[in-house]
Amino acid sequence: MDNLFAARSQMALSLGFHIIFASIGMAMPFFMAASHWIFLKHKDPDYRRLTQAWSKGVAIFFAVGAVSGTALSFELGLLFPGFMKHAGPIIGMPFSWEGTAFFLEAIALGLFLYGWDRLKPWVHWGSGLVVGISGVASAFFVICANAWMNSPAGFDWNGGNPINIDPWAAMFNDAAFLQGLHMTVAAFQAVGFAVAGLHSWLGLRTRHAFHLKAVKIAFTFAAVASLVQPIVGDFAAKSVARRQPIKLAAMESLFETTKSAPLLIGGIPDLETGRNRFAIELPGMLSFLAFGKFDAEVKGLNDFPREHWPPVAVVHYAFQLMVALGSLMALLSVAGLFFLWKRPEQFTRGWFPKALVGAIPLGFIAIEAGWTVTEVGRQPWIIYNVLKTADAVTPRPGVVYTLALYAFLYLFLTAVVTFLMWRQTLSLHRELREGET
Amino acid sequence: MILITSIIAFLGVALLFYVLFAGADFGGGILELFLGKNLRKEQRALVTRAMAPVWEANHVWLVLAIVILFMGFPSIYTTMSVSLHLPLMAVLVGIVFRGCAFTFRHYDTYGKEFFSLYSRAFALSSVWTSFFLGVLGGAMIFGRIDPRTLGFAESYVAPWLNLFCLAMGLFTVCLFAFLAAVFLTGEADTRELRAVFRRKAALANGALIVTGALVFAFAEWGGHPLTKEFFASPLSLTCFVTASILWFPFWRSLRREGRGPTLSVRVIGVAIVALVLFGWYAVQFPVAVRFADGTGLNFYTEAAPGPTLNALLVALIAGTLLIFPALGYLFKVFKWETLEQKR
Repeated sequence: MDNLFAARSQMALSLGFHIIFASIGMAMPFFMAASHWIFLKHKDPDYRRLTQAWSKGVAIFFAVGAVSGTALSFELGLLFPGFMKHAGPIIGMPFSWEGTAFFLEAIALGLFLYGWDRLKPWVHWGSGLVVGISGVASAFFVICANAWMNSPAGFDWNGGNPINIDPWAAMFNDAAFLQGLHMTVAAFQAVGFAVAGLHSWLGLRTRHAFHLKAVKIAFTFAAVASLVQPIVGDFAAKSVARRQPIKLAAMESLFETTKSAPLLIGGIPDLETGRNRFAIELPGMLSFLAFGKFDAEVKGLNDFPREHWPPVAVVHYAFQLMVALGSLMALLSVAGLFFLWKRPEQFTRGWFPKALVGAIPLGFIAIEAGWTVTEVGRQPWIIYNVLKTADAVTPRPGVVYTLALYAFLYLFLTAVVTFLMWRQTLSLHRELREGET
Repeated sequence: MILITSIIAFLGVALLFYVLFAGADFGGGILELFLGKNLRKEQRALVTRAMAPVWEANHVWLVLAIVILFMGFPSIYTTMSVSLHLPLMAVLVGIVFRGCAFTFRHYDTYGKEFFSLYSRAFALSSVWTSFFLGVLGGAMIFGRIDPRTLGFAESYVAPWLNLFCLAMGLFTVCLFAFLAAVFLTGEADTRELRAVFRRKAALANGALIVTGALVFAFAEWGGHPLTKEFFASPLSLTCFVTASILWFPFWRSLRREGRGPTLSVRVIGVAIVALVLFGWYAVQFPVAVRFADGTGLNFYTEAAPGPTLNALLVALIAGTLLIFPALGYLFKVFKWETLEQKR
């Protein structure tokens, strides 16, 4: 394995795990605050129990997510010193804001977890909400930095060195807002479905009304997010079409520049012939989705030099997977919202609770696929059209070893977190049994 | 110049707070290795009670320091994250283990069968993390980093694997244990428990002096002019002398602590630790990392361009305005109000 590939794999692995921990840390506090709100309004002790159970999850994922995020910043320095040297001064600012948001999150979490008997109820509730708000804020800041790699701004590139640095312009680059919004909504979607599915499964097993209450809260978040997401995603795709036409071409596996370009469903891209096999084509739809007009011209891969192409097949499949899962989640959401409104009994019997169990991983897979589109779709560039990944990678040997080390670390973390969640469920169920007798 | 200096000041303060607060949290775990025979359960309970609400916030001072280096001094950050990657990783792994073990010990209410495992992991990872933090500090000053080498061992191992850095690691472990013992003496709510932690504070104090002497001895032995520089710089000399003088009131108030909790032992203990850190700053400043060839990375020459530093300073000041009231509230609720209750 060469150094570049090992370094890219290590970043992919680390980000792949971190994004799951981070998503949970973003969305869970809001579920927790919602349940807490219902408890404070109606005094049903189940909701207090649920709030506390979820808050423990938040605490665990906060601790793990915080550390995996810190590790990531060191990994960037280790693996891509050529990137860090230039990028730090330009795009460091969102990280410093992220540090502040993170600090507030840690403080608010301490207040929330240990403040049950010490704070006034609504102040206490507010501290839980601050956990969520600062969690989302820190995610937003970090994504600003990633978006800058897709849409570099705030500097001039002068023979390999950045001059005229403007950190504010870099932070508020063209891609930042939509990418951040897309990810935030995705986090609510993924975590909402995962939590709803998990409690649905526990509910099917234990038949305890407690779990139904949990399912309803988590599902409501998931459903709203799933219905908003296609709109946000559409804006995000239009933004990619404008800023990174080559990425859009790879996502859609479009080789020739075409007017009224078709939208592909499925399809195996063949780089040699420049065609897609087994694809269903929806005429004019790509032009419409990318530029809002059915006859708009969409640039194809052949307009760009071959050495600037990202790995087309990976980007194309990942994009299709993300869209497919997103559509599936939107359909489930429509059905579920209808049940919630008209047929609440469907949440405990029939196919719907089982479908929710099946939907546990969907959102997370979609997130991973989406990040694959963003990151692989930007290759061979680490800073789009400015610096190539191969020119930024470390000249030192032995990346394979750190890759192995990090793979072990993340697997271990996952095992630990899973173990702890299982123990939490056991003790929650014991508590519920004791509550009945 | 003023801009860079004020950012370095923020970095120094972030590190100081990290050492004082997170250091005390680490020390709590370290002390759990030395519970002795008496009041084992009560000691653990006190460590948990003192740490639980604040330890996550205390950890963030490190994140702040990293962010300042990342944005304000990118070449220093990059050099550290390459040459010192293994000890940095060790610190991170230690932080994860420790956070998980602590959280789980607190939250795994299903059964007690894992309690001793969590406790052991918590104590050992506290020692481990503190040790490698000390190693990092040592490696930055000791000058074994070769930024141009392409060999594996020369790149990743040689910069920190030497007796001086290991002695720095031990010294840091003792420093944190000392801090924790001092803080916990004040937080203990019974006379007996207070006596236990007073004894620990005294022992840690002794260990601190011994390992401190080791640090200077190994610096001499490794051919590093640390001793000469330390006593030649008026600043570090002042820190050293003041810390030494403070030892007398410290011991006096530690003895008096037997009669009831006082604030003075904690104030003096904190001052001593802060002076140790300031002494290190004074020797190091303005060089952040020393290289094997005698050169190094100077804060003033490695700083990011002006607009970046401006933006960083704005972010730091705004962040401080947001963080300090929140942090003050946290400590007021969980530290000050408990102190009031005790009186």
